[in-house]
Amino acid sequence: MRAWSVRGAALALLALTVAIAVPAVSAHAITITKVVSPGGIEAWLVEDHKVPVVALEWAFEGAGARDPAGKEGLANLVAHTLDEGAGPLDSASFQDRLQDSATSLGFSAGRDAFTGSLRSLRDRLDEAVDLARQAMTEPRFDADPVDRVRASVVAGLTREQADPNQLARRLFYRTAFPDHPYGVELRGTADSLGRITADDLRGFVHSQFGRDRLKVTAAGDVTPEALGRALDRLFGALPATSQMAVLPEVSPQGAGETLLLPRPTAQTIILMGQAGVKRSDPDWYAATVMNYVLGGGGFNSRLMEEVREKRGLTYGVYSYLAPMDHAAMVVAGGSTVNAKAGQALAIMRAEWARMADGGVTDQELADAKTYLTGSFPLQLGSTASIAKTLLQVQRDRLGIEYLGQRDRFINAVTADDVRRVAKRLLDPARLLTVLVGRPDGVTPTQTVDEAR
Amino acid sequence: MPAPILPRRTAARLAVAACLALGAVALPGIPLPLSVAHAAEKGVFFPESFTLANGMQVVVIPNRRVPVVTHMVWYKVGSADEERGVSGIAHFLEHLMFKGTDRLAPGAFSRIVAKNGGRDNAFTSYDYTAYHQNVARDRLELVMSMEADRMANLRLTDAVVDPERDVIIEERRQRVENKPSDRIGELLNATLFVHHPYGTPVIGWPQEMAALTRADAERFYKSWYAPNNAILVVSGDVSAEELKPLAERTYGQIPARAVPERRRVTEPPIRAERRVTLRDAEVRQPMISRQWVAPSYRLDSGGHAYALQVLAEILNGGSTTRLYRTLVVERKLATSVWFSYNPTAWDMGTVSTGAVPAAGVPMERVEEALWGELRALLDQGVTEAEVATARKRMLAAAAYARDSLTGPAQTLGAALATGQSLDDVESWPARIDAVTAEQVNAAARAVLGQSNHVTGLLLPPVGKDG
Repeated sequence: MRAWSVRGAALALLALTVAIAVPAVSAHAITITKVVSPGGIEAWLVEDHKVPVVALEWAFEGAGARDPAGKEGLANLVAHTLDEGAGPLDSASFQDRLQDSATSLGFSAGRDAFTGSLRSLRDRLDEAVDLARQAMTEPRFDADPVDRVRASVVAGLTREQADPNQLARRLFYRTAFPDHPYGVELRGTADSLGRITADDLRGFVHSQFGRDRLKVTAAGDVTPEALGRALDRLFGALPATSQMAVLPEVSPQGAGETLLLPRPTAQTIILMGQAGVKRSDPDWYAATVMNYVLGGGGFNSRLMEEVREKRGLTYGVYSYLAPMDHAAMVVAGGSTVNAKAGQALAIMRAEWARMADGGVTDQELADAKTYLTGSFPLQLGSTASIAKTLLQVQRDRLGIEYLGQRDRFINAVTADDVRRVAKRLLDPARLLTVLVGRPDGVTPTQTVDEAR
Repeated sequence: MPAPILPRRTAARLAVAACLALGAVALPGIPLPLSVAHAAEKGVFFPESFTLANGMQVVVIPNRRVPVVTHMVWYKVGSADEERGVSGIAHFLEHLMFKGTDRLAPGAFSRIVAKNGGRDNAFTSYDYTAYHQNVARDRLELVMSMEADRMANLRLTDAVVDPERDVIIEERRQRVENKPSDRIGELLNATLFVHHPYGTPVIGWPQEMAALTRADAERFYKSWYAPNNAILVVSGDVSAEELKPLAERTYGQIPARAVPERRRVTEPPIRAERRVTLRDAEVRQPMISRQWVAPSYRLDSGGHAYALQVLAEILNGGSTTRLYRTLVVERKLATSVWFSYNPTAWDMGTVSTGAVPAAGVPMERVEEALWGELRALLDQGVTEAEVATARKRMLAAAAYARDSLTGPAQTLGAALATGQSLDDVESWPARIDAVTAEQVNAAARAVLGQSNHVTGLLLPPVGKDG
């Protein structure tokens, strides 16, 4: 059903005498089946019996890190304590059961969703599903394991106080989104974590895990019938509805600011960005092409060419689109020796301006399209990565036909589209820039004393 | 220390590179990379293999889930094969391999791969250097032609070499010099190996990197890069029968050349404990670790390599296993603890253990407790029940190994480049399944019972609760 057609003609093939004649192959199809369980729970499935592995991925939308003030880190602490004992099983027994059944169960609190991930062997699926259900419906939150996990989160936060990349990321987002959950470190602080009680954890589970905002996908060695049974077993006991804390829409702040956080590091870390496009924006594909050419395309991007290849100023420089449910950014970053930070930053800003002024060339447009369409199936190499890709498609509300349509959406982008979106999004004068290190050749608008 | 793998660009935004790194490096807290398996019988990846007339070995791991392939060329040469004085040249050459041939302009290689919907990168370790692309299966011959081209026809100029030298120096700053926790890893390695080149960082020492030249790179290339010193590994939607004519048309056209023997110096007998203490104001989270030289798969006269993997599973395999249970859960002395073993090396392997103290716990107490656990292990040994549980978990988890495009190619390439055979890899489940408690205890004594270990301490400056 959903087939990625392998592109027919090779584009732009260099001076190498290469025959691209390969034995004729039909592109293997990936078929997505919509499964509805006897209990009415829906999931998308890619059935594949080549390896005896089953992957399930799910999300509670809108249940991410929107923690109450003073209890920052709550959702993340839930994610890391759900598997520390459930029902009759204490932490050690629960972990033993997971390991003995070769089950991998994980939870994660993102900005906009709380996600779960289960990987199981075909013959142990029932057992794996029972453990996952218990974790979501009967977590124990015993004091000892909760304290242990809390200490481990605090240790991670403490360690990152000396990590210039983490310091830059935090300063950037808390400046862009002050007074909004998007600007808050979602793992919290030692103080806020210390205030979270077992009742808070239980309250989160009871209010946030509802079938009304559940999205589920699966892949691997499981039939639709077996998946239907597993879905009811896994999610049937959850409440039908949950309490949604709706976040306000927000625009990034800090336009035109250049913040410096001095640190005794060998390099300066640079992060800069401004408002971008949401996934639902009609210009998403044009922005995707723009980003690929600017800094998303690895060695072939303009940033990489100008900052690394030509001048050797960095090992890595990049850009990316950061779409969220209630905001969006386009961001670029890199690191360079302190003495040349001013030069690297100036080049990055010049590339930002060049894209804003002129967009992309026809050749860059064509190359971006063949990459963006051709590389998509590369991410489907494992059962879990197939299920994860489907979950993203569901969460982005792109429809079950999307995988077959995606190439068309990308190929429809014109150079004028990219010019328009680049002009709309990129304005070097309004960039928020964050520098961590001891940069030469930069005049910050503000120097920040210490990492919060 | 685990063998560092240096990819050509940062892994942060590259899933493929990240997978590769995790596949080969034993990170603290992450279970050892298994050489992996399916059931306690022969067969893990079920590879097909043949050898070209010029001596190049070819391995195919069919996986027909989607019409894509991972294509890797592994050279049996790494930083440990460098001459003294040019540390980092293996890795520098890896970067320069993207800088053009007689027919391809500098940078064109990656551009062409990307235009064709593919992703490419490369990495260097002590014992091997590998180049890889993920592409649609109908682009396989394209990347094979280009990879074969640069195996024989690299053309370098100072104009491309000079900025790239700055790039690797920035890479070193980014990887090693920005954080004290990265710096101590390098120092520990340099202390553990006093003579063998495993003590020299793969990326090189900074004063030597700054002096590397185009001629150094060309000499290394001409010495080591030849089809008879390379392994082709292709995983994905292709069979050996389909691949063979492509391999003959591309790599098969390159004549074999004489390649030096891998002659590595050996370590002198060392009977002293060593201690490396790094104090730095940037240390927020103190850490202790200890390393021993251990057998590798290839140099394992005592037959300990499989037993040590079982030992690592018993000690480190999960949150209910020995070290975590006692030091973190019960005694609350540490927030994390690890134990890892890396047997995938041409020469010696390494065993590493360590811990991060819980808040307010003095380093001395953690250290004492960690060594106490290891002493208890050596005194009392592990039980048959512990071994049986560990074996069962390792074999069950190994069923996931085939569920990947790049993972199997990575595992087989690293194994072959460090002297294992396909048969060794395919026999992994049976060999793990045969390990007894007695063997685990003998292996533990053979490695952990030695006094020639190195202890590393990462601490804040004196007086700042160090």
